[in-house]
Amino acid sequence: MNIYIRKFWSYKDLLFELVNRDIKLKYRRSFLGYLWTLLNPLFIMLITTAVFSQIFRFSVENYPIYILSGQIIFTFFSESTTTAMNSILGNASFLRKIYVPKYIFPVSRVISSFVNLLFALVAMIIMMVIFKVPITWHILFIPLPLICIFLFCTGLGLILSVLAVYFRDVIHIYNVLLTGLMYFTPLFYPVDILPNVIFKLMHINPMYHFVTYFRSLLYMGEFPSLEQNILCMGISLSFLLIGLAFFKERQSKFVLYI
Amino acid sequence: MNEYAIEVNNVSMLFNLSSERIDNIKEYIIKKIHRKLTFENFYALKNVSFNVEKGDAVAIIGDNGSGKSTLLKVLAGIYKPTTGTATVRGSISPLIELGAGFDMELTGRENVYLNGLMLGYSKRFIRDNFNDIVEFASLWDFIDIPLKNYSSGMLARLGFAISTIVKPDILIVDEILAVGDIVFQRKCNKKMQELMSGGTTLLLVSHDLNEIRRICNKAVWIHQGGVVKIGEVSEVCNAYSDLR
Ligand SMILES: Nc1ncnc2c1ncn2[C@@H]1O[C@H](COP(=O)(O)OP(=O)(O)OP(=O)(O)O)[C@@H](O)[C@H]1O
Ligand SMILES: [Mg+2]
Repeated sequence: MNIYIRKFWSYKDLLFELVNRDIKLKYRRSFLGYLWTLLNPLFIMLITTAVFSQIFRFSVENYPIYILSGQIIFTFFSESTTTAMNSILGNASFLRKIYVPKYIFPVSRVISSFVNLLFALVAMIIMMVIFKVPITWHILFIPLPLICIFLFCTGLGLILSVLAVYFRDVIHIYNVLLTGLMYFTPLFYPVDILPNVIFKLMHINPMYHFVTYFRSLLYMGEFPSLEQNILCMGISLSFLLIGLAFFKERQSKFVLYI
Repeated sequence: MNEYAIEVNNVSMLFNLSSERIDNIKEYIIKKIHRKLTFENFYALKNVSFNVEKGDAVAIIGDNGSGKSTLLKVLAGIYKPTTGTATVRGSISPLIELGAGFDMELTGRENVYLNGLMLGYSKRFIRDNFNDIVEFASLWDFIDIPLKNYSSGMLARLGFAISTIVKPDILIVDEILAVGDIVFQRKCNKKMQELMSGGTTLLLVSHDLNEIRRICNKAVWIHQGGVVKIGEVSEVCNAYSDLR
């Protein structure tokens, strides 16, 4: 284990460079450059909020912030896992010809998305100030849910990246699943409008727990229960461990398939 | 105690050449149900064993498709052998195939960094040695254009310059020298001599027997994935050219 970590660490500059490149590519040749990492979520937020709070008039406190907070988490989830899924296939030309620790590709994609998430979080806090949502000390614990979601996406991304090598249609299936999952996560609606059965069923959706966890610390001023803490950490650690094990076992084989 | 730099022990490498590529689930299931999932097993390497002493310059010769590049990829850690073990002692600079580890869309400059990082150099080290690399490749006029606009000789020059900027314990050179011009070939020869006198072990793949006789002291002849002959370079080269 120790050797693995040390070996991985010796490639930290490569990891950093890959992340840097992802972010640079996203905003290349744009007039405002890095400012877009901040403006982009801000505008998307404003639009969705405007649309949804006009269409549905749910009685949710701080509805705009409710939508935005769910959305930035879900965007991170879908962006990071999708790009991680494509990362092994996309870097086939390297993997076939040079030795690099293979996890570096999916992991770098998740980190890039995470950097985008942090920018979105800054935009989010600006919005909270604009909407006059009180900011409490609970927000200091916001790294907890963020780390949980990060580990969860890393694990899932590792699994998807391997599956996509063997079965290309995983890419299409996953896109469909993501759309389904988006409506199955309370992003735009409050959970109390759901029939009891569906609400119960929603508990198998990890994103439901992460979004709830995130929201309570971000602006609801509640510290999540012990149960909720254990659940979220449990989910993310299991996914991470399963992902690492799954990837490790297959990494020497899939070079022959890309 | 004189340890070998490279020990190859009974290495076999199996490729599944499925007659049609199966990469979607539907086909996979249908074939599995009909038990049609027959893979054509193809051994690119069969029970290859040999040792290389530190400081040797070993040529690997053989026909096209005999398994030379596959062997080098096993040594570089890109492929894990299906059976057997390959042990490499020390740092290794693999120059396998033209443009390995390059992103053709990026400029020469960006690729020096990317490729260097993939070889495990630190960013700082690359920055400090950037000028030497470009100088050796004599690519100052082209360093800021994308690699897709490079000629094959230019790619080879850049690749060689990056992987030899540190003194590796083991240098692998797979047919990339052939595309360089005379000036660059001389430069490479000189560099390889220099590295070898510093103790670097060299593995060279080439189809130019004269070049091999000049640079190497040992040779391995591979045919259809198996070792035919190992020994002094002149012996193996003579046997190979007599037969071919
Ligand atoms: N990833 C792969 N999947 C399936 N077969 C492969 C793969 N890589 C190589 N082969 C097969 O393995 C055999 C050996 O290939 P290799 O590239 O090692 O030959 P070589 O000796 O380097 O030839 P050359 O002199 O042309 O460079 C070839 O028949 C090739 O078709
Ligand atoms: Mg070859």
